[in-house]
Amino acid sequence: MASTNGNAGPTYSVTDHTFDVVVVGAGGAGLRATVGCSQAGLRTACISKVFPTRSHTVAAQGGISAALGNMGEDDWRWHMYDTVKGSDWLGDQDAIEYLCRNAPAAVYELEHWGVPFSRTEEGKIYQRPFGGMTTNYGQGQALRTCAAADRTGHAILHTLYGQALRNKTEFFIEYFAIDLIMDQEGRCRGVVCMKMDDGSIHRFRAKLVILATGGYGRAYFSATSAHTCTGDGNAMVLRAGLPLQDMEFVQFHPTGIYGSGCLITEGARGEGGYVTNANGERFMERYAPSAKDLASRDVVSRAMTIEIREGRGVGKNKDHIFLHLDHLDPKMLHERLPGISESARIFAGVDVTKEPIPVIPTVHYNMGGIPTNYHGEVLTKKNGDPDCIVPGLMALGEAACVSIHGANRLGSNSLIDLVVFGRAAGLRAAEIVKPGEKQAELPKDSADLSLSRLDHYRNAKGGTPTAVLRDKMQQTMQSNCAVFRTGEILEEGSKLIHEVWKNGLPDIGITDRSLVWNSDLIETLEFDNLLVQAVVTMDSALNRQESRGAHAREDFPDRDDKTWMKHTLSYLDDQKKNVDIDYRPVHTYTMSNEVPYIEPKARVY
Amino acid sequence: MVELALPKNSRPTEGKTWAKPQGATNLREFRIYRWNPDDGANPRIDTYYVDMDDCGPMVLDAVLYIKNKIDPTLTFRRSCREGICGSCAMNIDGTNTLACTKDMKDIKGTVKIYPLPHMPVVKDLVPDLTRFYAQHASIEPWLQTDTPQPEAEWKQSPEDRYKLDGLYECILCACCSTSCPSYWWNGDRYLGPAALLQAYRWLIDSRDEATGQRLDNLEDPFRLYRCHTIMNCAKACPKGLNPAKAIAEIKNMMITRQS
Repeated sequence: MASTNGNAGPTYSVTDHTFDVVVVGAGGAGLRATVGCSQAGLRTACISKVFPTRSHTVAAQGGISAALGNMGEDDWRWHMYDTVKGSDWLGDQDAIEYLCRNAPAAVYELEHWGVPFSRTEEGKIYQRPFGGMTTNYGQGQALRTCAAADRTGHAILHTLYGQALRNKTEFFIEYFAIDLIMDQEGRCRGVVCMKMDDGSIHRFRAKLVILATGGYGRAYFSATSAHTCTGDGNAMVLRAGLPLQDMEFVQFHPTGIYGSGCLITEGARGEGGYVTNANGERFMERYAPSAKDLASRDVVSRAMTIEIREGRGVGKNKDHIFLHLDHLDPKMLHERLPGISESARIFAGVDVTKEPIPVIPTVHYNMGGIPTNYHGEVLTKKNGDPDCIVPGLMALGEAACVSIHGANRLGSNSLIDLVVFGRAAGLRAAEIVKPGEKQAELPKDSADLSLSRLDHYRNAKGGTPTAVLRDKMQQTMQSNCAVFRTGEILEEGSKLIHEVWKNGLPDIGITDRSLVWNSDLIETLEFDNLLVQAVVTMDSALNRQESRGAHAREDFPDRDDKTWMKHTLSYLDDQKKNVDIDYRPVHTYTMSNEVPYIEPKARVY
Repeated sequence: MVELALPKNSRPTEGKTWAKPQGATNLREFRIYRWNPDDGANPRIDTYYVDMDDCGPMVLDAVLYIKNKIDPTLTFRRSCREGICGSCAMNIDGTNTLACTKDMKDIKGTVKIYPLPHMPVVKDLVPDLTRFYAQHASIEPWLQTDTPQPEAEWKQSPEDRYKLDGLYECILCACCSTSCPSYWWNGDRYLGPAALLQAYRWLIDSRDEATGQRLDNLEDPFRLYRCHTIMNCAKACPKGLNPAKAIAEIKNMMITRQS
């Protein structure tokens, strides 16, 4: 045990740990990577601010995509085409090829580990239709989404946790990661954490740090995301002077329960459900004549928003839409959709066999995140090289931007993203890290960034409570960076969110000064993380003058491949409170020559 | 050794009554257990008033209201707020349940909130679940097979898959185990309903080939047989599962293999 001074004051006791690999986050991606690294003989720590089965992967419902072809012909190339089209050609096709080719093996692996998938009559994994998933390059509806009823994420996460136990993973549970340790050469050397149950500081030294810290849905007021979805890894990367990518692309899920924001899976429409407006009209037929209710999420969310805006919303205030399952066989609902039937009863007071569910597009997923290649290695732009690897650092899952989801993610492509790239990270780690390799001493000041930040907030005596500032941020994002955007609204949003950052944050005050389970402090660190992501999201959205996928600019309604088929990079200047924007080219090539590059064309469902 | 009364330093005292929110006309009283190991004081019961016109319908909404608007030091776990992550298990109105799915309409009068019973308290409503998790790990919650793996999936008939329904949905919230008197007295040696429900989930999985070892691991006067069919577990489970039934099935398997 050593002692270190934070810049600002008291001495914190620091416990040092050394591992070959440290994984931050214990959701689907983090656990899969942890298992892979352990199996490669690497001494691996998995750090999580919540017990692993509480991670938000647990809330994924509808399924995990893979072209198994259990219920009709399928081909990973069709899955690839759908994913490229879903991404509105902002996805990197080499990475998308890697995902779709490796998806079936990743699902079989999960099954071999014990995931209780629903079954076909032949005893194979059951697969359901999902939005944007087609056969024959857009010709028919694919049955590609492998499901465990509507609790697929829960089934997968609990199974992965079991595998981590089996591989004797060294867990550090309820440890909150504060900041990365970066050295002069730009290599990541470890991470500094706080043990929540006693407030002690733990400095983890590792050859490789893998960030699997999830998305930042809680930057918005209404999200399907858990309270803990605060994108801590993204914010750590920003503070390390590295860029985040494509942060303007925020997915609104068409069917969050009106009021509570709880998720109703797209699988509900996959199993035959449909949305209606105040006239009882199945309006999706007008917006997406062939795919209808199973068009891509951005398309359905926009259609619903237009219906409400034009006065055809349902309810007292005409401000939401109905999702009908009441025409479906109650036995099927019980078997295939028991979880959302329960959610609808609890959170909307609705019996789904008899009444429609009130729903509204709700923030759900961040396509943007930490730029990586398809091995999980974090990228930055350096000396003109847009694919420069940051040594010692990987990112996975919703925290990462590989980019396979581009401007819009297809439903059920996130769970497959977790396990395919979680596995890829383990394979890469086995290549680049030698078990037990000696590691240089960490610089003396390596915990300073973390400790000064921690100490600053722990003693923050300003006049504005965290909850008040958080509410300001969430309301600003909700009203100024929503489904439809204009330059004017984004301009205003940028001013408002910068105002919270520049003038609000310095006046923050917390009440709890204790060291044991100080959730006031943790929520404040999480808010600080959310705020910088909100700022770069807003500014990236203001900057991108076109409409693509989830980013719909009413003042620039068309996709502009000539100017904008490129990834946004956003950097933070925390001192000057400034955002710098740069770009990376989209990978317009595939991984192998077994499949051609898919040329951009109009995206119609 | 069974302790029939709380030790002196664990007896809750009357705590602080916090100011009512200004201008609110639809107030509800909350009595909440508070304990902070830092201050060396006994646990206390604080009283809060929540403006029900400015608060969602669930107990978690009220607890968040208190943390955000009245007392940021109130400490509890929460995450998904939709009954799937299992973080916010507490003793509410005398019953263990999830704060996020417990509708305040279903509670009469003052809402009383305590941590899950008979677990060490870390702070306020945060219990230490270390032993609970270790017991879950001890049943080896992963698929065990000897047959070489097929290239594609293991086949499982829909009928065999149905046998997992009512078992695999467990969210490890610990509501059941911490409501079980047998677990209260012998929690160090009895695995408790949550771990045994999971044990049965793997025993009954048609793909699993370790039935014998799994049963051997449970053949013990305490680990399995401390279940006395009290059924508090089934009553408490916020997901509507029935651990007591699963335990009875395991006992059945034990008898069947002996005969």
